[in-house]
Amino acid sequence: MIRRSTLPRRIADSLFKITSAVSSSLGLLIMIIIVSTILYYGASMLSIEFLTSPSKPYGEAGAGIANAILGTLLITFGAALIALPPAMAAGIYLAEYGRDSKLASILRFTGNVLMGIPSVVVGIFVYALVVVTFGRFSGFAGSVALAFLMFPVVMRTTEDMLRMVNDSLRESVLALGETRSRGTLKVIFRAARGGILTGVLLALARVSGETAPLLFTALFADSWPTSYFSGPTASLPVLITDYTMNSPFEAMHRAGWGAAFVIAAIILAVNLVSRYYAEKEKL
Amino acid sequence: MKLNRKYKIRTDNLSFWYGERQALFNNSLDIEANKITAIIGPSGCGKSTHLRVYNRIFELYRGQKAEGKILLDGENILDEDVDLLDLRRRIGMIFQKPTPFPMSVFDNVAYPLKLHYKLKGSELEARVEAALKGASLWDEVKDSLGKNGLALSGGQQQRLSIARAIAAEPEVLLMDEPTSAIDPIATAKIEELMDSLRERFTIVIVTHNMQQAARISDTTAFFYRGRIVEVGDTKDFFNNPKDPLTQDYLSVKFKK
Ligand SMILES: Nc1ncnc2c1ncn2[C@@H]1O[C@H](COP(=O)(O)OP(=O)(O)OP(=O)(O)O)[C@@H](O)[C@H]1O
Ligand SMILES: [Mg+2]
Repeated sequence: MIRRSTLPRRIADSLFKITSAVSSSLGLLIMIIIVSTILYYGASMLSIEFLTSPSKPYGEAGAGIANAILGTLLITFGAALIALPPAMAAGIYLAEYGRDSKLASILRFTGNVLMGIPSVVVGIFVYALVVVTFGRFSGFAGSVALAFLMFPVVMRTTEDMLRMVNDSLRESVLALGETRSRGTLKVIFRAARGGILTGVLLALARVSGETAPLLFTALFADSWPTSYFSGPTASLPVLITDYTMNSPFEAMHRAGWGAAFVIAAIILAVNLVSRYYAEKEKL
Repeated sequence: MKLNRKYKIRTDNLSFWYGERQALFNNSLDIEANKITAIIGPSGCGKSTHLRVYNRIFELYRGQKAEGKILLDGENILDEDVDLLDLRRRIGMIFQKPTPFPMSVFDNVAYPLKLHYKLKGSELEARVEAALKGASLWDEVKDSLGKNGLALSGGQQQRLSIARAIAAEPEVLLMDEPTSAIDPIATAKIEELMDSLRERFTIVIVTHNMQQAARISDTTAFFYRGRIVEVGDTKDFFNNPKDPLTQDYLSVKFKK
């Protein structure tokens, strides 16, 4: 005789299905609300002028956010240049060489601690380290702050992705008479690069929206970011905070929403690109 | 009658440890040049462990240790000052799971050629082609050399691994259950291939498949619990096993 599925089991089953369906639609709903709010307030601001002119003090005609867009790009890529080489090297060390060494566990612990430090604390720290030392705010100081936030994330992704590579691949590279270091760079790293690239892009997207660390470092300026190394540099997150929180004027609020729309669009684009790479590498 | 045999590898008193745990016990085994030697035995008896000493790949892992002597053309490869890169050029290895590198078919096979012989251009292309032909894969991939090696079928991937290994022009090929992860047709192809490779290489193959060992090998060695119980000419070995352990093992294996 074939046993029939019991009623309680079927009820439990459907309850479980309903719960998970409801929770995932909730997540989707939240995202839709965020995006449509930003669209509602921000999209009307979009114009060529808004996207190509620098910000100006309140009241001046022809103001835009182009300097903040450029500033954010500069500060974020500066952070990537500073953080990626050591973070990847550390990740490679952890996955390929250190594995269970003392140094590795110290490094991992440091990474975890660093990941848990609030970004505002990193901001204050870099303020003391860079801004006070050089006697001025600068976009570069902002990059240093964001680099501190990126470092542990990239180190961790690099290690995790390399660890997912099967040991049999490591063995087969070595079995050909290759050295450990070159084999790692030419084969093992390549096998993991899709995941690593995705992690790096997501980390970039994440830090590009950070505000607190930039308030202590890059600050803001109504000018093109030509003084990246030597003076305050505009960025989208700081512009948004400043316009929406600190200004009494309706026009500034709307400009803030417009900027929010732009940064959300950039981050969405980066996410899509990283997805594309992740899919492509899966093959 | 054994006087005129030429041995490529002579294993003398080999013991092996995984940490505290001993996996091989004072084993001696001679591998004849340009012949196929099959290693058989129940799961966990130390076949892979034995094979992995020949190219010292086990040294990738901490705590693994080999003692004894393995003479390759008379020189002990376990000596400390042995150049591992050169040793592994001379002794290639094929693994149970095919391991294509995440790059094109061409680049897979070109890898050892660039590494050891610094080849490029038309000479490189010719050698890649020759290796792919040697692994009976050329006809299937000649129009798609740029395709990622990971996109090939399992059987093709294994032949790609073989092409890559023989491209390095090794003297010995170690194969650890090279056909256990692929289908029977691909297996037949690889067995055929091994028969032709015998002329150029000395082959040591680990296999769970008795029929395969009987079909392709010249010598068979039976491992049991980390010890070599019996070694003999393959025909003899299967028709007339001498040790009771071998007899038991073979009778169970062939009944299935
Ligand atoms: N990395 C390892 N650490 C500890 N013990 C190991 C390790 N690898 C293998 N062993 C042990 O060593 C013994 C021999 O293992 P080995 O892999 O050589 O067996 P095998 O004959 O190849 O088996 P199979 O036919 O299943 O592949 C086994 O008892 C196994 O449990
Ligand atoms: Mg094995």
